[in-house]
Amino acid sequence: MTLLTIEGLRVAYGDHVAVDGVSLELEPGRITAVVGESGSGKSTLAHAVIGLLPGTGKVLSGSIRLDGEELVGLREKAWRSVRGRRIGLVPQDPGVALDPTKPVGRQVAEVLKVHGLPGGPRVVELLAEAGLPEPEVRARQYPHELSGGMRQRVLIAMATAARPRLLVADEPTSALDVTVQRRILDHLEHLADTTGTAILLVTHDLAVAAERARRIVVMRNARVVEAGPAEQILHAPSDPYTRQLLSDNPATARPRPRSVARPEVLLEVRDLGKTFPVRGSGLRRRHRVAVDSVSFDVPHGQTLGLVGESGSGKTTTARLVLGLERPTTGTVRLGGTDVTAAGRAQLRRLHRRIQLVYQNPYSSLNPRFTVRELLTEPLRNFGITDGPGVTELLDSVALPAATAARKAAELSGGQRQRVAIARALSLNPELVVCDEPVSALDVTVQAQILDLLVTLQRDRGLSYLFISHDLAVVRQISDRIAVMRHGRIVETGATEDVFTAARHPYTQSLLDAVPGLTEEEASWT
Amino acid sequence: MVSVLVLVLVIGWAVTPGLFTGRDPIDGNIGEKFQAPSPHHLFGTDQLGRDVYARVVHGAALSLQAALIAIVLALAAGAVLGLVAGYFGGWLDVVVTRMVEVLLSIPPVLLSLLVLSALGFGTVNVAVAVGLTSVAAFTRLMRAEVVRVRTAVYVEAAVLCGARWWQVLPKYVLPAAIGPVLALAALDFGLVVLGVSSLSFLGYGQPPPAPEWGSLVSDGRNYLGFAWWLTTLPGLTVMAVVLAANRISRVLERERSHA
Amino acid sequence: MTPVPRYLLGRFAQAVFVVWAAFTVTFVAIRLLPGDPVALMLNGRGGGEAASPQDIARVSAELGFDGPIAEQYLRALAGALHGDFGQSIQTGLPVSGMISVALPRTLQLGAAALALSLVAGTALAVAANLVRSPLGRQALRSVPSVAVAMPSFWVGLMLIQLFSLKLKLFPSLGGDGLAGLVLPACTLAIPGAALVGQVLSKSLHATLREPYADTIRATGASELRVLLGHGLRNAAIPAITIVGLLAGYVIGGSVVVESVFSRPGMGQDIFFAVTTQDLPVVQGVVVVASVAFVAVNLAVDLLCPVLDPRIRSTGRQAVAR
Repeated sequence: MTLLTIEGLRVAYGDHVAVDGVSLELEPGRITAVVGESGSGKSTLAHAVIGLLPGTGKVLSGSIRLDGEELVGLREKAWRSVRGRRIGLVPQDPGVALDPTKPVGRQVAEVLKVHGLPGGPRVVELLAEAGLPEPEVRARQYPHELSGGMRQRVLIAMATAARPRLLVADEPTSALDVTVQRRILDHLEHLADTTGTAILLVTHDLAVAAERARRIVVMRNARVVEAGPAEQILHAPSDPYTRQLLSDNPATARPRPRSVARPEVLLEVRDLGKTFPVRGSGLRRRHRVAVDSVSFDVPHGQTLGLVGESGSGKTTTARLVLGLERPTTGTVRLGGTDVTAAGRAQLRRLHRRIQLVYQNPYSSLNPRFTVRELLTEPLRNFGITDGPGVTELLDSVALPAATAARKAAELSGGQRQRVAIARALSLNPELVVCDEPVSALDVTVQAQILDLLVTLQRDRGLSYLFISHDLAVVRQISDRIAVMRHGRIVETGATEDVFTAARHPYTQSLLDAVPGLTEEEASWT
Repeated sequence: MVSVLVLVLVIGWAVTPGLFTGRDPIDGNIGEKFQAPSPHHLFGTDQLGRDVYARVVHGAALSLQAALIAIVLALAAGAVLGLVAGYFGGWLDVVVTRMVEVLLSIPPVLLSLLVLSALGFGTVNVAVAVGLTSVAAFTRLMRAEVVRVRTAVYVEAAVLCGARWWQVLPKYVLPAAIGPVLALAALDFGLVVLGVSSLSFLGYGQPPPAPEWGSLVSDGRNYLGFAWWLTTLPGLTVMAVVLAANRISRVLERERSHA
Repeated sequence: MTPVPRYLLGRFAQAVFVVWAAFTVTFVAIRLLPGDPVALMLNGRGGGEAASPQDIARVSAELGFDGPIAEQYLRALAGALHGDFGQSIQTGLPVSGMISVALPRTLQLGAAALALSLVAGTALAVAANLVRSPLGRQALRSVPSVAVAMPSFWVGLMLIQLFSLKLKLFPSLGGDGLAGLVLPACTLAIPGAALVGQVLSKSLHATLREPYADTIRATGASELRVLLGHGLRNAAIPAITIVGLLAGYVIGGSVVVESVFSRPGMGQDIFFAVTTQDLPVVQGVVVVASVAFVAVNLAVDLLCPVLDPRIRSTGRQAVAR
């Protein structure tokens, strides 16, 4: 029997229709995943189910029935007895989804109070049930004192406190590191299995959906393009968009064909270390070791993938390589020139040979400049007159020449990242450091940018130092992989060796945590 | 829309007062004293039979001039100090930041009074006294903006592409930092008009016959019981100007943040 | 491992530095600007007749204006530390005595005005965020912008006209006790309340759109509970800093308001002192006012960690905006 039935739902913000004729059914004890890229309307759907559409959002037509009771058009007062009690919400970003000024136990207790349920010891029980270690201690702590994963568990405790039979989980793990992500998803799955709770899992990640959900609904531009059992969607997708999502998803996609490399080393990093002083208490200044005796090589025309979770020191390593930070110990040599010992003028000259593509294309381009100004600036700075023209540069990153007249602020994320790559290429560098270049982009755009990077490498013999938190992405593009943790490199090796026979347990746990990877492994080899 | 009209009208008063009133602001007809507002005397007449409307119109020049001097002083001093402190950092930054802290630790009106007791009275001195109280706020904002832009990722990207500091400053830092600072100037204009008129009300502006707006209200306070127009109408004028300035600055700010 | 006391200590040291610097600024402003202050004062009082050099020398010595500037400064600073700001040129009375008479009255006025602005401003902000009808919301939002545009001297005169002269509810001028306090405090509080209303309303508006507000709504809590139980406290964190601004405004505004209502106090003292160029009084009042201002700001800073547990544990503002 179905718990929730959505029929022909249409939701709009003003004139913009965000959900258009969506129908789906949820059964108790099952996870149903709604998958889509940004702007597909998946989040709006989730908010409509719990009656919390932001701003001008309004349900135009259609119905949402919970246990046969119509929710569309319910009065605010009636909604209050539905929210929390009959439908729980596990929100998106645990970093900002808890009131920062109240201990988490109080926040759980409040849910019980709102629904007239007994509190007291129940709060600690609920936290324990959500898998929070030492729940008595945690209950008295504030959100900022807990890690992201622990906060998400608190949010799950809040969502399940009044025992709703339906949970709406809106991207519950996309802000978390992969290993934490896995544990949270395990918990949700366990919840569905043991308590018979139905879960509506909203995610951008098809791999997550594939691994966890019984049924998958694929959304695009406000509509459902395909829906069905998970196995069917994965192995026999009928819609071309679903097929593209599958092939573009780094976890399910095949690695790009690799270039044949020359053996000479271009970038040589030896015993690199960096400590930052930690500001604050005490005369004895404490230090935080960000990077600790890191060594690696990047040969000509090859890609080294540097992988690690947040805080592992990978971005600091990139900045040290570029000379943006001075290392505490060790050396960085680019084709025999010492980057770490270079003076200001020498460093400036070095930047003709080594360039950076930033993670966020929204902040790395001056919003006031036109694309033409952005692309010609490096050449003018170095007084180069015979450099590549704007049209040529745009062409090399597959952007139309007309883009030159537009401002960075008018472009989409993918277009901006192409412009950023074109700017890096304008100086004809030998090494490009890519710091999470695709993690701010949707998967289909991600795939296009990765393709572009591979093509450019083949055509120009570029070398990449490719930094990412996403093993699956790194696998797509790297010849060799170095895994970082707590500032150290715990494992290096050829890409396929690392993926098939990881030696370090941390690498293994990272690999295990990548959704969908293990199942798909079999179909490749 | 109304706000723009109000400001244009008042600026008109300041530039060519003769166009808006034929009467003299200083010489009155004693036989016509204490007349209530009428079509003949729009704002009524005062104890010397002077037309209050004419005095308000002629007072616009003095009051706006003072406000303008104050704003320009605050903006110029604040922008330069903030830019230097924010861009070059180091001991310059420490000195400027400390100075700002101290200026901010004296309540603004008292700082103005301190300056007035040292410089003496008059419209220009009132303007300097009021302007000085705003310098700290402008410096702080400018410094914060410069630091924000200087550490922005796109500026680092430009440096990586070989830009030098003397290229970064005018091309990146100034255009991005000056916007919020100018917005503050627009918003501060209303406050400065209030500040100038308060000091003038207390009698620190131009000596008596001069028709500054604040002193007009102050002159009328002795006749509050029976000649309400003497205080009410000039005060309303000040309020209308401040309200109009605030409205316009808010609209400008909104457009800027949307652009 | 006790970051809070350390943080307090740092803030306290900063406050002391700032008061010292404020004293120095007033000293420098008065002594180093063009013209001999003593000659200026004597001439100003003497009604056009130039003072003799002997008179100037005598008065200078009396006032501690003789000797090298550094010595003058140290003497003045030592005096100020003992609460001695010299004596008034006009009345010959010690400045500290004048202030100790005037201070309680002004404090009374200022505290009443501050409390009134906070209460009224908060009520305004809550109402503006709770009212559903767009018209009511619009009206509540425009109240503060009109109120901040009104010159306080004018507001005072309008209140006198309405409540004292027409309705005869409160005394117009002077007036002791509570009845005499009402109108001046209201005059002083109106722009302050508008400021609090404006800032808090905006902050509350943003807070109610934070993801955690949705989390709480999703548990079935009512909008009122979200607003009062969570929104107000979070919104107060960025808004609390304007209390310092407000204190500065109230201290400065008391000069105008005390003058409008002919109410004796520090404001009246400095008003007459500036008019008659009675420099020791000016300096005394400015320094005492700075101390009060800095004290309020210090209190606000101490309140921040109470409101925001994130500052409590790190010892400094770690809130990302």
